[in-house]
Amino acid sequence: MQAEIVIAGFGGQGVMVLGELLAYAGMLENRNVSWFPSYGPEMRGGTANCTVVISDRRIGSPVVSRPGILVAMNLPSSLKFAPLVLENGLILYNSSLIEQPPDRQDVRVISVPANKIADDLGESRIANMVVLGALIGASGVVSLDAVTESLKKVLPARRHNLIPLNRKALEAGMALASAVSA
Amino acid sequence: MRQIFGRPASLTDVPMHYCPGCTHGIIHRLVAEVMDELGIREKTIGIASVGCSVFAYEYFNCDMQQASHGRAPAVATGIKRVWPDRVVFTYQGDGDLASIGAGEIVHAAARGENITVIFVNNAVYGMTGGQMAPTTLLGQKTTTTPLGREARRNGMPVRVVELLSQLDGPAYLARVSVHNPKMVNTAKRAIRAAFQAQLDGRGFSLVEVLSTCPTNWGLTPVEALKWLEDNMIPYYPLGEVRTPSSASRQAGVPAAASTATAPTPAAFGATGTAPATRGKEGE
Amino acid sequence: MPERVLMKGNEAVGEAAIQAGCRYFFGYPITPQNEVPEYMARRLPEVGGVYLQAESEVAAINMVYGAAGAGVRVMTSSSSPGISLMQEGISYICGAELPCVIVNMVRGGPGLGSIQPAQSDYFQATKGGGHGDYRLIVLAPSSLQEIFDLMGLAFPLAEKYRNPVMILGDGVLGQMMEPVVLPDEPAQAPPPPPWATTGCQGRRPNVINSLYIEADACEAHNRRLQAKYDEIARKEVRYEALNTSDAEVVLVAYGSVARVCHSAMELARAEGIKVGLFRPITLWPFPSQALAQIAAGTGETGVAGASGTAGAPGRGDSPGPAFLTVEMSAGGQMVEDVRLAVNGLRPVHFYGRSGGVVPTPHEVLEQIRALRKAVAA
Repeated sequence: MQAEIVIAGFGGQGVMVLGELLAYAGMLENRNVSWFPSYGPEMRGGTANCTVVISDRRIGSPVVSRPGILVAMNLPSSLKFAPLVLENGLILYNSSLIEQPPDRQDVRVISVPANKIADDLGESRIANMVVLGALIGASGVVSLDAVTESLKKVLPARRHNLIPLNRKALEAGMALASAVSA
Repeated sequence: MRQIFGRPASLTDVPMHYCPGCTHGIIHRLVAEVMDELGIREKTIGIASVGCSVFAYEYFNCDMQQASHGRAPAVATGIKRVWPDRVVFTYQGDGDLASIGAGEIVHAAARGENITVIFVNNAVYGMTGGQMAPTTLLGQKTTTTPLGREARRNGMPVRVVELLSQLDGPAYLARVSVHNPKMVNTAKRAIRAAFQAQLDGRGFSLVEVLSTCPTNWGLTPVEALKWLEDNMIPYYPLGEVRTPSSASRQAGVPAAASTATAPTPAAFGATGTAPATRGKEGE
Repeated sequence: MPERVLMKGNEAVGEAAIQAGCRYFFGYPITPQNEVPEYMARRLPEVGGVYLQAESEVAAINMVYGAAGAGVRVMTSSSSPGISLMQEGISYICGAELPCVIVNMVRGGPGLGSIQPAQSDYFQATKGGGHGDYRLIVLAPSSLQEIFDLMGLAFPLAEKYRNPVMILGDGVLGQMMEPVVLPDEPAQAPPPPPWATTGCQGRRPNVINSLYIEADACEAHNRRLQAKYDEIARKEVRYEALNTSDAEVVLVAYGSVARVCHSAMELARAEGIKVGLFRPITLWPFPSQALAQIAAGTGETGVAGASGTAGAPGRGDSPGPAFLTVEMSAGGQMVEDVRLAVNGLRPVHFYGRSGGVVPTPHEVLEQIRALRKAVAA
């Protein structure tokens, strides 16, 4: 199995770290993984994206033209990447910031009010964790435990006190995904 | 029979290629005598540059590296960072150091790189046949300033010691000459002080040595010495601009305070040099 | 499974060098390789090494010259415009026969170009770049693990042949993250060689030099260098050949583009198109002979290196494949070496993206389909 995932949004929405957590979790599950960031002028324009590949095979291109899964954290990202998602793929979009759902009938589209759920949990900065939870809930690409374990590696030690809160956000996202699927 | 004069151990027994009357040979000998007297030959690594002194690696009887044009201070930096307890010196001419290598010398000085630079200024490109150097004096004729250097067209000559004296990195900066025996002795004292500064771990040291180029100046060796004295020294005043004991090198002195020190060289004890003139000689 | 560490490519370059016994780094900031000097500035002091930020790439490569001449494992890292500035120094290092490692994380050109990934410095790396008849050994990793493998090879190779080794990567390789397995044992740098300038205590002085003022002497020096390059070309060729024995089309690509082509090969095979991949690991010496054998239908599949070849036998009597060289280069650079190797035996095609655009697997697949259609027509 090979999952090819694009995560895109504004700088500051935590899209890079979201991708890093996915890659790390994949590695902990003994899969092959790669993470490739946008860098340069795009970053300076305020949008950021990264591509994560998780695979049981040798990973070829770390750059993906047609992702199977898209996480769109803001409208420009949705407009840019939604048309590229493969048929029968998966799009998770941050409906707290994106009013207009991606116009794709041939893929699964999940609306995640990520900022709202994060605010309800009392920490607006964990919106990315809510979406990550929804992503693993909807796709099963990596396990919740592996992502939780990855938090310890990816977050600096001084932020480890936030891991329980991050786990809550992940669980909230997962719950939302399973509710949608049910 | 007692031998009272001989070749320093730090010079090889190889005939030098320099033109008759050129003062490179004297300067090589002074460096070698200092190496002998300090007992550092076996722990010294020299860097030859590009120009007339390109073959210095054949003359100094110590480990040597030949550097590309202007880059000797960078090469010296690489060596010194590997072997901080060895003595590392560069031997560079004015085209090499003050023109193409201006960046490297400024930054080695700014870092206070613990190396010694012997800078030979003869106001002309010698090896390539007498073209204008950054140190060519106003009015001085060269093959690329056939009517004489002119400020509007060619800019002003560069005073390297004064330029570097604006930096806090150097521990020792001096300008000397070798146009008469007395000056030769003074020059040797400066070269020794520069190497001593390095041995003491004080940081960057540079001695600018005013030198002659009878061939490219179109003068006899004796005329050339006189020309140096009459023309170069007024523009390039002799003396020590920075010594390890200078106030500006003391730890904790803010940059503003140290750069406020006058860059005019302090004359050596008995040299009685002419004061610095910043006018446009030759116009 | 041995412990894997998730690293960024540029950090892998730094750690791989430290694991390879390198303790001296001189560099200058330039995107997209800034994490290399940043990593070295942090890590080298921890292992008793020296990191120095030079005033320019010109100074940096000359510091490398000095340190290499002083007998230690030393490296620098830069990206295209910075490597251009280093060319004079690289020529001197080759002339003086000093070992060192130079990393080039290539970006789009010419001029200031872009800061995105490119492979448009292949000619500069493999055909000279500076003045004089000289060669660099050029290694092209295509994964972070291979960065470790090739860095571990680079220093011993440089020392064995007293010749600089260039690791040619690009922005993709530098910026991506991937798990790596660190070497079991970090390598130890050898003691300074007898020719190094360490101070002449107890021996005759050593001279590091590339000047041979007499024409005859300079020619003799060049002949010695050429003999050395011939030996390297005989002994140090490395490449990977996948699925080439039954292929109609063999993709030829190196570095990150070889990964794109690997994906394209899988897409094509899923459609029933027999596609293979030939990936030079040494760009110089170029694996010409292996490529010629594939063109002749007698090539082998597998990874081949200095230790010999491995893999399945050739295709027997069926004709060799067509070749499609894919590069991040506008006009193609490596494709010229592919054409020289294939020597007209089979068609050699080219597909390139440039200026920082990375070709995608689907783009390459389209090229393969078009090529096949043209052959059928």
